[in-house]
Amino acid sequence: MSESVQLTEDPYSIPLEDINVSDPNLFMNNSHWGYFERLRKEDPVHYCQDSMFGPFWSVTKFNDIMEIEKNHEAFSSEGGITLADRAEDFQTVNFISLDPPRHDVQRKAVTGVVAPMNLAKLEPIIRSRAIKILDEVPIGEEFNWVDRVSIELTTQMLATLFDFPFEDRSKLTYWSDMAMSGARSGGPTPEPVRQAALLECLEVFTHLWNERVHRDPNESNDLITMMAHNPNTQDMDPMEYLGNLILLIVGGNDTTRNSISGGVYFLNQFPDQFAKVKNDLSLIPKVVPEIIRYQTPLAYMRRRATRDYEIRGKTIKEGDKVAMWYVSGNRDEEVIENPDEFIVDRNTPRHHLSFGFGIHRCMGNRLAEMQLRIVWEEILKRFERIEVVREPERIQSSFVKGYADLPVVVTAK
Amino acid sequence: MPQVKFIEFNGTEHNIDANNGDSIMTAATSNLVPGIDADCGGECSCATCHVLISAEWQTKLDAPSESEESMLDLNPDRSSESRLSCQIKMSDDLDGIVVNLPEFQY
Repeated sequence: MSESVQLTEDPYSIPLEDINVSDPNLFMNNSHWGYFERLRKEDPVHYCQDSMFGPFWSVTKFNDIMEIEKNHEAFSSEGGITLADRAEDFQTVNFISLDPPRHDVQRKAVTGVVAPMNLAKLEPIIRSRAIKILDEVPIGEEFNWVDRVSIELTTQMLATLFDFPFEDRSKLTYWSDMAMSGARSGGPTPEPVRQAALLECLEVFTHLWNERVHRDPNESNDLITMMAHNPNTQDMDPMEYLGNLILLIVGGNDTTRNSISGGVYFLNQFPDQFAKVKNDLSLIPKVVPEIIRYQTPLAYMRRRATRDYEIRGKTIKEGDKVAMWYVSGNRDEEVIENPDEFIVDRNTPRHHLSFGFGIHRCMGNRLAEMQLRIVWEEILKRFERIEVVREPERIQSSFVKGYADLPVVVTAK
Repeated sequence: MPQVKFIEFNGTEHNIDANNGDSIMTAATSNLVPGIDADCGGECSCATCHVLISAEWQTKLDAPSESEESMLDLNPDRSSESRLSCQIKMSDDLDGIVVNLPEFQY
């Protein structure tokens, strides 16, 4: 891979057919924007013949993404939602990678845990944990916001949802990172290390499952007890259980973590917008979805065509892989006004693609928004500013869009 | 102009004059009736415009399409009265329709 070349390359200098937006280095270097801008303008449904993931189509405009999301019969999720093909001998299964009807029954079995009724119960717990974490950050000296706040907060949240042993909670983050950083997806983790970590995850959770089978599901509403007692999930085989665990761990971890970090970074880039929120805290519910749009914590979702499909004069052939680039659709000027601006008082801030649309729409969207809302309410109560002192270090992945390091100095009120 | 009576979960009523051809979702969002989020903007793709309509009024409506069915089906609180308000177009026939709002949108 040509890391040094990508850094300096002009997105308009190469032939269209040579553009490969799945290169994880583009995202690590934050140099993907120009390529997507060019694709939206010149070739919104683009075929890449050769990448580390094999050939694939890129769909880059908001409304085209919507069209594909809605057509889950022509565009299947079976076989996975990232461009990477899995190892033949290590195939986990989960409902995000299933089509109806199996998708619907498995998803329904766990939706209840993030139902609005349950969120109201979780809010005071999340708030007290956020308060503790924010009260303990050092004032006036540099630290990494990602480790100290974003990871800590989302990990504690996950431990709560699973009723996972609290003192072992860092394992959840470790497994989540391992699941998403595999070499097959362009990340740094060798496949055997990744598989070993996930098998350890399965072992620990199998132990918890065997314990939760004996709990009363009317009294415990953690995710494991729910799965162990629901007729649609209680007979899952181990790889299916592992698959759904990874889905719930990654879904609730990386995404929220990177949106918490992203918000701090964006409000540094747009100080006038930060001032606006500080002066009017009632804007927080609008800032939250704008952070989620602007960050787009998952850059794309993959589908596979089940039949030939015409779109914008191109024919996607049966069996072809299709990446719906949310990160590009969320900057589509035909749908979102001034899309490259971070604006804290948009009229319809929740009209963004980050949660996906259609039957696979993010199940935890309300939980994610609630976590971010609480974090910002508590930040604005106690800090005058959070200054980002150097450019963040970004993750090497074209799927998870996030930060490894966000160096900040906090000033108290 | 046909009228829609929205009833919030807490009982608050809103009587809204709707344009013929507008969806019930649009009638709510353009008149600041709370309780309908409509994240996708009326594309039958997010199910955050979920409403409850009595069996009596439902006889005047077309049955839900396949795509409305598949989105409604994701809601664990779905009842026989559940509909997506973006999929119901207002007309004089529906004058006076009563639309109950759920406690939460998912």
